[in-house]
Amino acid sequence: MARMSFILHRLLLLVPVAVGVTIIVFFMIHLIPGDPARTILGLHATPHAIAELHREWGLNRPLASQYWLFLDRLVHGDLGQSLYYQTPARELIFSRVPVTVWLIVYAAVLAIVISVPLAMLAASRKNGVRDQAVRAIPLVGLGMPQFLTGIVLIYLFALRLKLFPVGGYGSGLGGHLRSMFLPSLTVAIGLAPVIIRSLRASMLEVLGSDYVTTARSKGVHGSRLLIRHVLRNAVIPAVTVLGINIGFLVGTTLIVENVFAIPGIGQLMIQSIFARDFPVVQGVTLVFGVIVVLVNLLTDVAYTALDPRVRFGR
Amino acid sequence: MTALTAAPIVDLARPRAGRWYRQPALVAGLALTGAILIMAIAAPLLTSYGPTTQDLTATLQGPSAHHLLGTDDLGRDTWTRLLYGARVDLRVAFLAVLIPFCLGTLLGCLAGYFGGWVDQVIMRLVDIVVAFPFYVLIIALVFVLGPGERSIYIAIAAVGWVSYARIIRGEILVAKRQEYVLAARSGGLPTRRIIGRHVLPNVITQAIVYALSVDMVQDILAIVTLGYLGLGIPPPAADWGSMIAAGQNFITTHWELSFIPGIAVVVTGLGLSLIGDGLADVLRPGQS
Repeated sequence: MARMSFILHRLLLLVPVAVGVTIIVFFMIHLIPGDPARTILGLHATPHAIAELHREWGLNRPLASQYWLFLDRLVHGDLGQSLYYQTPARELIFSRVPVTVWLIVYAAVLAIVISVPLAMLAASRKNGVRDQAVRAIPLVGLGMPQFLTGIVLIYLFALRLKLFPVGGYGSGLGGHLRSMFLPSLTVAIGLAPVIIRSLRASMLEVLGSDYVTTARSKGVHGSRLLIRHVLRNAVIPAVTVLGINIGFLVGTTLIVENVFAIPGIGQLMIQSIFARDFPVVQGVTLVFGVIVVLVNLLTDVAYTALDPRVRFGR
Repeated sequence: MTALTAAPIVDLARPRAGRWYRQPALVAGLALTGAILIMAIAAPLLTSYGPTTQDLTATLQGPSAHHLLGTDDLGRDTWTRLLYGARVDLRVAFLAVLIPFCLGTLLGCLAGYFGGWVDQVIMRLVDIVVAFPFYVLIIALVFVLGPGERSIYIAIAAVGWVSYARIIRGEILVAKRQEYVLAARSGGLPTRRIIGRHVLPNVITQAIVYALSVDMVQDILAIVTLGYLGLGIPPPAADWGSMIAAGQNFITTHWELSFIPGIAVVVTGLGLSLIGDGLADVLRPGQS
C-alpha cells in the first residue's frame, strides 16, 4: 500500500513538470525571429503556402488559444505534419524511438559493466596506485567530447582492426548487438567516470561499516567480501547516479547517433534541422523530454524495489 | 612538530591567498590554459597564413616546413586554423559562462532568501529545464533562433543558469540561518544590502568553483559539439568542432585532420579541469 501511494505521489509531482515541458516545446515556434511560417518555408514560399501554415498552426489566434490547440492535438497523438516527408511527424518519430531506446539501454548496461570492476579495484586499496589511476580517469574523460571518443573508436576498432562495422543499426539481434557496440561504448565511456566516482565513494563507506568489520572478523575477505557483502549495498547508489545522469545519457545518444549514422530520433532531429522540418524537430524535442521524465520515474520505482529500507515518506 | 604545522587549523588561520602556487594541479592547469590563451591571442604572429586562405595546389598535405601540421582538403593550413579556432572557441566559452552565472546566481538568491512562492516558481522552472537533456534543449534553441554566435550564448544561458540557481539556493538556505544575517536584519539593513553585501560574498565561492571546474569545460564541449554537428559558428570561420567534422571525411587516409583539433579540445578541457580542481582545494580547504 505504501509503495502504491509513493508511486501515486511521484506521478502527481510529474504533472507540473509535464505541463512545463509542453509549454517550452510549444514556445519554440515563437522564438523563431520574424514570421515563423515565412522563416520555416524559406524565401521562395508562396503567400498561399504561408497563409496555409498560419491557419494550420493557428498562428493568428491569441497565445493561450494557440497553446490549447497544441495541447488538444497532443493528447490526440497529433504532432503535426512533416514538411519534408509529408507524413505525420508522429509516425516518423515513433518508428525510430526503438532504435534510440536500444542505444540507451545497451549503453547503460555497458556503463555499469565498465564502472563496477574499476570502482571495486579503486576501493579495494584506498590511495593505492590503482586507486590513483582510476581517479585520474575523470580528469581526462570529462574533457573529451563524446563525438571525438566515437571517432577514435571508429578509427581503431572499425577501420584498423575491422572488428566492428563503421556505423548503422544492423539487422537481427546479433546484428544490433554488433553494430551498436561501438556507439554504446562511446556513450558508456562518457558516463563511466561519473558512476565510478560515486560508486568508489559509496564502496569505501560500506567498507568502513560495522557489518563489514563483523564479516572480516568471521574470516570473510578478498573478492568474496567485496562481491557478497560490499557490492550489493554499493550498487544502489550507482543506480541512483545513473538515474540522475539520465539526461546526460539520453543527450549523448543524440550526438552519438549522428557520429555512427544510427537511424534513431537523434539522427532524425539533426536531419530535420537541416531540412528545416520544424514539426519533426519540435516532436523529437518533446519525445526526448518525455523519455527523461519517464526514466526518472522508473529509477525512483526501481530504487524502492532495490532497497527495502527506503521510506515512502515525502 | 611537522604534524602540527600541517594541521588544517594552521591553514585556516592564515590568509588563503599566497598559497595557491603550492597546488600542483592549479599551477599545471594555469600553465596549460595560459599557454593556450597566449597562442590564441598571438595567432597572427605565430603563422603567416590566414585561417580561411585556400591553396588548391597544396591540398591534404602532410606536415612540412611550410605547413607545420599539414593542410586540409581545401589547402588551408591546419596549424593556422587550430590557432584561430582556439580564438573563437575560447572566446565563446568564456562569454557563455558569464551570462548563466549571473542569471543563475540572481535567481538562486531570490529563491533561497525569500523562500515561499518565489522559491516554488523558480525551482519548478529548474525542474522543467532539467527534464530536457542538455544537448537536446541547446540544439533545439540554436535551431529556432537561427545560426550564429548570439544564438549559442542565448541557448547556453537558457540551459546553464539552472545549476547556479541550485547551488546558490542551497548555500543561502544554510547561510540565512546564521547569526550575522540576523544581526544585519535586526540592524535594520535593507534586504538588497543584506543579500548583496553580507550573504552573497559568503556563498558565491561555490558558484565560482563550479563555473571554472565544470561549466567552462562543459561549454567548450558544447560549442565544439555544435560545430561538429554543423550548428556552431557558421563556416568558413575556423572552429575545432567543424575541423573535426570535416576531417572525418578523410579519416581512412588522413586521420590527423580530425585528431589534431581533437587533441586541442582534450588538452584545453584538461587545463580547465585542473584549474577548477586546484581552485576548489584553495577556496574550500578541508572539503572535497
